[in-house]
Amino acid sequence: MGSITLEHVNKSFGGHQVIPDVSLEIEDGEFVVFVGPSGCGKSTLLRLIAGLEDTTSGAIKLDGVDVTDKGPAHRGLAMVFQSYALYPHMTVRQNIAFPLKMANIDKAIADQKVADAARVLNLTDYLDRKPRALSGGQRQRVAIGRAIVRQPKAFLFDEPLSNLDAALRVNMRIEITELHQQLKTTMVYVTHDQVEAMTMADRIVVLNAGRVEQFGTPLELYKSPANRFVAGFIGSPKMNFLEGAAAGKYQAEAIGVRPEHVRISRDAGEWQGKVGVAEHLGSDTFLHVHVDGVGLQTVRTGGENDYHPGEQVWLSPEPGRIYRFDRAGQALR
Amino acid sequence: MATKQSHRLARWMMAPSVFVLLIWMIVPLALTIWFAFQRYRLTNPNIKGFAGFANFEFFVTDPAFWPAIINTLLIVVGVLVITVGLGILLALMLDQPIWGQGIVRILMISPFFVMPPVAAVVWKHELMNPTWGVFAAISRFFGQEPVNWLGSFPLLSIIVMVAWQWLPFATLILLTAMQSLSEEQKEAAEMDGANLFRRFWYIILPHLARAITVVILIQTIYLLGVYAEIQITTGGGPGFASTNLPFLIYNTGVLGGNIGAGAAGGLVAVVLANIVAIFLMRAVGRNLDA
Repeated sequence: MGSITLEHVNKSFGGHQVIPDVSLEIEDGEFVVFVGPSGCGKSTLLRLIAGLEDTTSGAIKLDGVDVTDKGPAHRGLAMVFQSYALYPHMTVRQNIAFPLKMANIDKAIADQKVADAARVLNLTDYLDRKPRALSGGQRQRVAIGRAIVRQPKAFLFDEPLSNLDAALRVNMRIEITELHQQLKTTMVYVTHDQVEAMTMADRIVVLNAGRVEQFGTPLELYKSPANRFVAGFIGSPKMNFLEGAAAGKYQAEAIGVRPEHVRISRDAGEWQGKVGVAEHLGSDTFLHVHVDGVGLQTVRTGGENDYHPGEQVWLSPEPGRIYRFDRAGQALR
Repeated sequence: MATKQSHRLARWMMAPSVFVLLIWMIVPLALTIWFAFQRYRLTNPNIKGFAGFANFEFFVTDPAFWPAIINTLLIVVGVLVITVGLGILLALMLDQPIWGQGIVRILMISPFFVMPPVAAVVWKHELMNPTWGVFAAISRFFGQEPVNWLGSFPLLSIIVMVAWQWLPFATLILLTAMQSLSEEQKEAAEMDGANLFRRFWYIILPHLARAITVVILIQTIYLLGVYAEIQITTGGGPGFASTNLPFLIYNTGVLGGNIGAGAAGGLVAVVLANIVAIFLMRAVGRNLDA
């Protein structure tokens, strides 16, 4: 079991409020991702759950039990750090066994658990190496191994993939997701990368300046963002925003259209503009179009097209795919 | 420093200092070896000529010889134990965020800036004097008989004095090492259920291994040659109770006027230093490997 409940959690560092008031309900077995720009308080929130920071006010409950005043060792949670935080003087075996040793678990049982974890994580051949003799991905797996041997109530991940190169990151993303499907343990995962959030999460918490902007499944966030911040943060490339007359036509202060929902034409359309930069990804092409009186807009088109920089084009939004926002940035429905 | 050109340049740039260092080392060593085999008395210019191993025999059969060797080793070990042990404790304390941290650290380091003879004078007259010393006053305050530190525990007194001087060095090196331990590692250990003592034992202490080794090696070099403190406080006594090897060499060569035997003693000290060095490198040297 591992449900996590945050009730009006508030955190200040010396008068500076980082987390104003957060209430969250994370269910047992869920994979929840905290996502937001750097400095939005997502890591702080995770550390509050871990017990590495004290809450200024509010309560944190695990399985309904108030743990607000308990130290990290007594919460039964495991954490994977951004720097992996492996113990450099210990072998992989000793690293993974460390939490068991601290719990005074019988040596024979501990050895068995370490062997099991190593098998799951493909580390069996590396058990006698020191961390410095491992690659980034292997170190990451050792850190995960150290977390899983204790069978914690929940796993906490603090940007675990940000030190890996792009290809490895995609692999580890899948490995962690598979691990979650195997273990069915609650996982809370912090990242600034919305792609990680979208691909891994059961539900996503979008944070901005310590506030929860929206909490929902990836597709909920994509289809019906609660406000302009979520709309701009979720989705890649970013949503296009138009203000003024272009938005007034739709009775809104601002409207948003995702690049994949803009049609491009040489003949006719709603907005006229000139092609600027074209980014060819092979499967897709992102055209950056300077629209007269509106500004730069991004359009996603098919992989092979012949729009040249400088060309005059027309853009029009797909009907029913236009997001409308009021003056405060809240979505109009 | 990649090209042949820069290698050659580097070698030429280093040459003068290497040359000066060599001279600085070789000339005194050669002179010592020369004198060790000569009859050379300051008191009688008529005694001269080749002495064979007589000087060595004279020095080694001195009744103070074995006590001096043992005292030398006791000073080294005693001071190392005190400075490393207390140094770790002080570093742990200074690593905490406390008010006035800067000033506390400067105060902590200051004994290192006091010259050994000055420190010895202060300890002898202001602290350890059985009549007007601070320690005697403290004893009397508690209704105890004042202890004559230098008279009753001469070697221990010297060890304490020297340890006081070297404690700042050990603390400083250990503190900087402690500050280089990543916060996340300590937090990971905390999450893994390690309490304060176990975090120290399994995470902090292994992290300090290299710094402790550096402290031990550097201090040993200096501690083998402790002289000023003994000269000023106990004069090697009572008896030979606080005579170490350097002090015995001074006694033999300068006070006794037997330069030949003194030089022989110097060579014995070189051998002892090398034995200690080999022993140390075996024991802790592997900590220096990256």
